Amino acid sequence: MKTFYWLLKREFWEHRGGFLWAPVITGGIYLLFFLIGLVWALGMARHGFSMDGNEMGDMFAQAAAGHSQHVGEVLDGFIAFSVMLVLIVCGFVVLFYCLGALYDDRRDRSVLFWKSLPLSNASTVLSKVVSAGVIAPVIALVVGLLTALVQLVILLIAMAIHGVNPWQVLMQTHLLRMTVTAVSLIPLSALWALPSIGWLLLCSAWARSKPFLWAILIPAIANVLVWWFSVVGLFSTHFAAGWSRVLARLLGSVFPNSFLYWGEPDLHFDAMTNGGRLADSSQLIGNAYHLLASPSLWIGVLGGTVLVAGAVWLRRVRDDS
Amino acid sequence: MNAVVRANGLTKAYKNALALNDVSFRIESGRIVGLIGPNGAGKTTALKAILGLTDFKGELNVLGLDPRSQRDKLMEQVCFIADVAVLPRWIRVREAIDFVANVHPRFNRAKCEAFLARTKLTPNQRVKQMSKGMIVQLHLALVMAIDARLLVLDEPTLGLDILYRKQFYQSLLEDYFDENKTIIVTTHQVEEIEHILTDLMFIRDGKIVLDTDMDTVGERFAEVMVSADKAAAARSMKPLDERQVFGKSIFLFDGADRATLESMGEVRRPTVSDLFVATMKGTYA
Repeated sequence: MKTFYWLLKREFWEHRGGFLWAPVITGGIYLLFFLIGLVWALGMARHGFSMDGNEMGDMFAQAAAGHSQHVGEVLDGFIAFSVMLVLIVCGFVVLFYCLGALYDDRRDRSVLFWKSLPLSNASTVLSKVVSAGVIAPVIALVVGLLTALVQLVILLIAMAIHGVNPWQVLMQTHLLRMTVTAVSLIPLSALWALPSIGWLLLCSAWARSKPFLWAILIPAIANVLVWWFSVVGLFSTHFAAGWSRVLARLLGSVFPNSFLYWGEPDLHFDAMTNGGRLADSSQLIGNAYHLLASPSLWIGVLGGTVLVAGAVWLRRVRDDS
Repeated sequence: MNAVVRANGLTKAYKNALALNDVSFRIESGRIVGLIGPNGAGKTTALKAILGLTDFKGELNVLGLDPRSQRDKLMEQVCFIADVAVLPRWIRVREAIDFVANVHPRFNRAKCEAFLARTKLTPNQRVKQMSKGMIVQLHLALVMAIDARLLVLDEPTLGLDILYRKQFYQSLLEDYFDENKTIIVTTHQVEEIEHILTDLMFIRDGKIVLDTDMDTVGERFAEVMVSADKAAAARSMKPLDERQVFGKSIFLFDGADRATLESMGEVRRPTVSDLFVATMKGTYA
């Protein structure tokens, strides 16, 4: 257990830039643009310009007029957006992290150093799975929520300056509940991401060069082949469509909470784009955890486990250093 | 004495070449073994097999364990430095020590830090900021602090300057090696390790062609400097090798009669490099 903790720590040391600084920088840049937008919108409003889609200006007008419920909904939307933005960046980080995780140390031969220590290949690979599926998303979520918090404070200060009672508006947001929602989706997201993490790690452990190319190329070619066979009638188009979904899972589900956009038949998550309904977190969590009853999740978990096991095996037998 | 490594019929074939061809040997505890051979002779493959880094046919027993199936356990007792500069470039000195200290049950942190205190390395320094020599110092500090029973060194000083090379072997002898430890080392700089070896193993084309301890080398092999008039007599005794220096011939004999040799000229113990060159004649031809 102690060894595993240090393996995770090792992953964090190596990938501090991707796991921590990439989300922080994303949040920082977002806040900067947000601030510029806010100042600009308020400046326009002050000079009496009214524009279509100037939501910020509208929101202040509404707040001033006492429609704090609508304002709360808009603020929830802002919170959801900043968290989502950071999580999307985290998805890219995890994608490239997985592709390099079992490849980079073979390329620079430092795998010989790691293999000189009493570490099993299984725990090494598992530490990378946990880093990709849990550690990186958790860090990104914390950074995303902090970004949202800073953004909220800026907005409330701006409102206070404009004579709106910030407390009244704050009461209409659902920061706490949204935090609970986001945190409670993490385990589900990790399960959902497993086939993708497994596939990328497998490519990473297998490739003698250019793991990225292999990871993309194999599904792409497989997709074209099946599509072609379905055109000539060997496979049904139904099968081809299902196959495309499988391949999309292989690459796409590294993105945290990507199941929300996957269009699983029994899940209705357009709520995510609507700040107001997202706030009804118990419903969202409940809906999301319906996924546990869907074969799509468990087939993915099973497939992911097989792929990870393959990566462990390749880690042991790949002998090119 | 108990054997640290016991190999029996070790065979490893790559796609088109036999890297190890039915090799058998024993390495006893408390020895420093030089595994020496030309490029591509199978040295690294043999070491990889011992370390469980490659698959092979035959029997191999390292410290009572099978390196193929019990590798995780084996690595608690075995350490290796494979080539210089295999430390990950991103790691800091402090991180490397922390990590090894926490995953290796036989690591002695104080010993590691004491060794590093004698170098110019600082805790926050990253491997990518170090010279090759400094990387080896760090690696050696980590390895020497591990109380392992077998240390495997594969070209540990390749590309280092002579100061680092001397310091490397000196540290190994003075601060690390004792009768409970065993060291296997491969290198092309034979002259530099000659005096620290207790055993010698030559490998050529996947075969062990010489496996002996250094004392026996002195008894078995002899070099005689013979003047021109006696050269024909010496030649008739089937020397391993002959070379010319200052108008005289130097012959290298394996197991020739001492008294006869001494009657022909000055007899001395051959250096390992001369022995190596003589044994490996025609390897690249």
